[in-house]
Amino acid sequence: MIRFEPRENVSPARRIGAPVAAALVALLLASLPIAAAGAPVLEAYLLMARGAFGSVFAFSELLARATPLILTGLAAAVAFRARLWNIGGEGQLYAGALAAVAVGTGAISAPPALLIPLVVLAGAFAGGMMMLLPTLLKVRLGADEVVTTLLLNFVVILAVQMMLEGPMKDPMGMGWPQSEPMLDEAMLPKLLERMRVHSGLILALVMAIAVHVFLKRTVWGFEIRAVGENPEAARHAGIPVTATFVRVGLLSGALAGLAGVSEVAGLKGYLTADLSPGFGYTGIVVAMLAGLSPLGVVFAALFIAGIFVGADSMSRAIGVSNYLADLVVATSLICVLVSGLFVRFRIRLVTPKARKADA
Amino acid sequence: MTTGPGEQPVVLALSGITKRFGALMANEGVDLELRRGEIVALLGENGAGKTTLMNILFGHYVADEGTVSVAGADGRLQPMEPGSPGAALRSGIGMVHQHFTLAENLTAFENIVLGTVPLIRPGLAGRNARARLAELMRRSGLEVDLDIRVSRLSVGEQQRVEILKALYRDARVLVLDEPTAVLTPQESDTLFATLKSLAAQGIAIVFISHKLAEVLAASDRVAVLRLGRKVADLPTAECDRQKLAELMVGHAVTPSRREPKAPGAALLTLDGVTAGEGRDSIRDVGFTLHEGEILGIAGVSGNGQATLARLLSGLLPAERGNLFLRDKPVHAHDAGDMIRSGIARIPEDRHRDGVVGAMTVAENLVIEEIRGRRYQRFGFLDFAAIAARAREAIAAYDIRCPGGGAVARLLSGGNIQKIVLARTLDAGPVVVLAAQPSRGLDIGATGDVHRRLLAARARGAGVILISEDLDELFALSDRIAVIHRGHLSAPRPSEELDRASVGLMMAGHHTESEAA
Repeated sequence: MIRFEPRENVSPARRIGAPVAAALVALLLASLPIAAAGAPVLEAYLLMARGAFGSVFAFSELLARATPLILTGLAAAVAFRARLWNIGGEGQLYAGALAAVAVGTGAISAPPALLIPLVVLAGAFAGGMMMLLPTLLKVRLGADEVVTTLLLNFVVILAVQMMLEGPMKDPMGMGWPQSEPMLDEAMLPKLLERMRVHSGLILALVMAIAVHVFLKRTVWGFEIRAVGENPEAARHAGIPVTATFVRVGLLSGALAGLAGVSEVAGLKGYLTADLSPGFGYTGIVVAMLAGLSPLGVVFAALFIAGIFVGADSMSRAIGVSNYLADLVVATSLICVLVSGLFVRFRIRLVTPKARKADA
Repeated sequence: MTTGPGEQPVVLALSGITKRFGALMANEGVDLELRRGEIVALLGENGAGKTTLMNILFGHYVADEGTVSVAGADGRLQPMEPGSPGAALRSGIGMVHQHFTLAENLTAFENIVLGTVPLIRPGLAGRNARARLAELMRRSGLEVDLDIRVSRLSVGEQQRVEILKALYRDARVLVLDEPTAVLTPQESDTLFATLKSLAAQGIAIVFISHKLAEVLAASDRVAVLRLGRKVADLPTAECDRQKLAELMVGHAVTPSRREPKAPGAALLTLDGVTAGEGRDSIRDVGFTLHEGEILGIAGVSGNGQATLARLLSGLLPAERGNLFLRDKPVHAHDAGDMIRSGIARIPEDRHRDGVVGAMTVAENLVIEEIRGRRYQRFGFLDFAAIAARAREAIAAYDIRCPGGGAVARLLSGGNIQKIVLARTLDAGPVVVLAAQPSRGLDIGATGDVHRRLLAARARGAGVILISEDLDELFALSDRIAVIHRGHLSAPRPSEELDRASVGLMMAGHHTESEAA
């Protein structure tokens, strides 16, 4: 017999150690398919590590990859704190990117000091608006936001494709479905010469700290935590539950929208329908791995980005498919969910006789 | 009873029972003997170890030390296999839990014979079972319609099914855990009459209670538990209320009494209010609450109290009718508006509605006023002010916790209620809604709640006290109204009412005309 006893106090060491252990277990489990593929496990992981941390270039790639993940991770974390299950990060990311392109490809001409904030705000606004409808449907009609936000992802991506084939198609794009390029004045500045890492990273780090302060130190953050932990008591205590959900929804959508801005205006310079390899969904893994802590999101995003970047480099070197990265990410989500159980409960093996004795 | 129970043989003996849960001593060296045909009340506060002791007896728990012995067929006491409810059943011990263990979607008959009918030829066994049950019902006076689904039976009827279930298994010892918690006073009287007739037929009965009145009325002997130890075991005839209360608490008890006080101006008026839906709705409810008055609302749970409380808490709109606070109509069904207009709300379910368990004691103390100027500046929390408030409330209300930063979930029910009291009453409300404010609390914590409510009354606030406990209602209320099936009787001064008439009204009899 296995018994689960709730722990009264969870030590900080355990809370931080659990996701780290989960990540290590995920890497360990992922070594099985590497071995099965006939590749040397240790060498594969060494190559992965080198691919992610081995050079300034590798590390800058990792940071560039982590940037959108920090933002989508924050989007999921802040929503999940209020038990608002926003699975629509991917769609909100594209909505943000679409708005950034709409503003930043020549519709407005202004100096960078003005245009960049405009592009950023437009993207955040568009992402936030994507959450308005699902949140209102949830609080007014009880529609499950998991379903509405998830399905909106496909609606948005189809809408983006429509725009790229139609009104927003680049006439100089040789027929490719892509937007006109962003104006130089609308692009987020690079952080390093000849590297892809850009100032979207600074934006993401500032947002992580801002969300942390917002949740911990503001009245609205207090209300979000109360609604997330016990909506009945929050409502009874006079906290505006509906307004709180709407606020969280808008914030979460806006953060995911910023991820779209950062990809378009920081990296690509134009919009295509394959802008994101699922950053919106991976953001959910990032948030869970971080235990929904905004600062933890930064570290979780770096870890996941490291896996992706490292796996790419490893697969080039020894021919193990880079799908391995998806496998590690998925496994680490499962591991972190399981580790949550170990954090909250003490697990004891008991014999039937002993069970009776202290039941 | 003609023969004194002292002459009857002992059918059950618990000796030296000790049970620890971690550092907590739930039972410590408890001895208890039970004789044929006697009714023993096991009295004690919440957490005194009554239920633990009975769970050891029934085999749900194993005692760390001590033995349970049962009289066998020859009348000799033999130790019972510990930790086996099956062994307890075979030894003739039947238990009626506080929360019934019936399968709601089966009929009463199916519930009773469940586990006793063989797989082969269930039809024949069923016919035999019916004949036996008819005889049992006739002898015990426990009448139940056997072919109705349990979910459609009233709570009192479900309890009868539970008792029949035990008797059907030839129980010679019947254990009832807080049997009257869910019954009206009349149903309780019926229950105790049944228990007396069962005892007269030779069954030994133990019932757990913390209500002094029913212990005095229904038992032959009282065993008092305090902090896990048996502190008294004496014939009921030698006890009175004061003595039992002192034994139970361990020190002299001064009952809360309200000072006579003329009520002031009208404060809160409900006029023809209809709200809610289904069984718990309220229909055409009207009353006026005055300054410095406690208005008690009696009723069996599920007759509209929850809806009335939700309405006054600002969680539910009135479909029809009007609310006035000092002659100003109250339209908003918004909890925040209610708080700002000076209505303090003590919710019935303090764990669900009263506190956010995952947040700290300090956060729960300020949650109703978090937007006020006291605890925030430009939307940023003022942690120093919040911590200061927590220290003040913890000291003033004697909230037992490691500090303001402790997570509220880890506190006991009494201390969680103190958080709610501190939060609501320190704001200086004009109206206090107290819904079942002492439910589940021990005498000490209950006394705290009563003192705070009386203090609010003395200050001139109007208090609406919704309760199922008639002792509490009569001790505190200036006037009492009874709610039954959503209708509220006209409030009457509590001096003009007695327990019997209120009890009848709780059961739906209109006694206003007779009593007037």
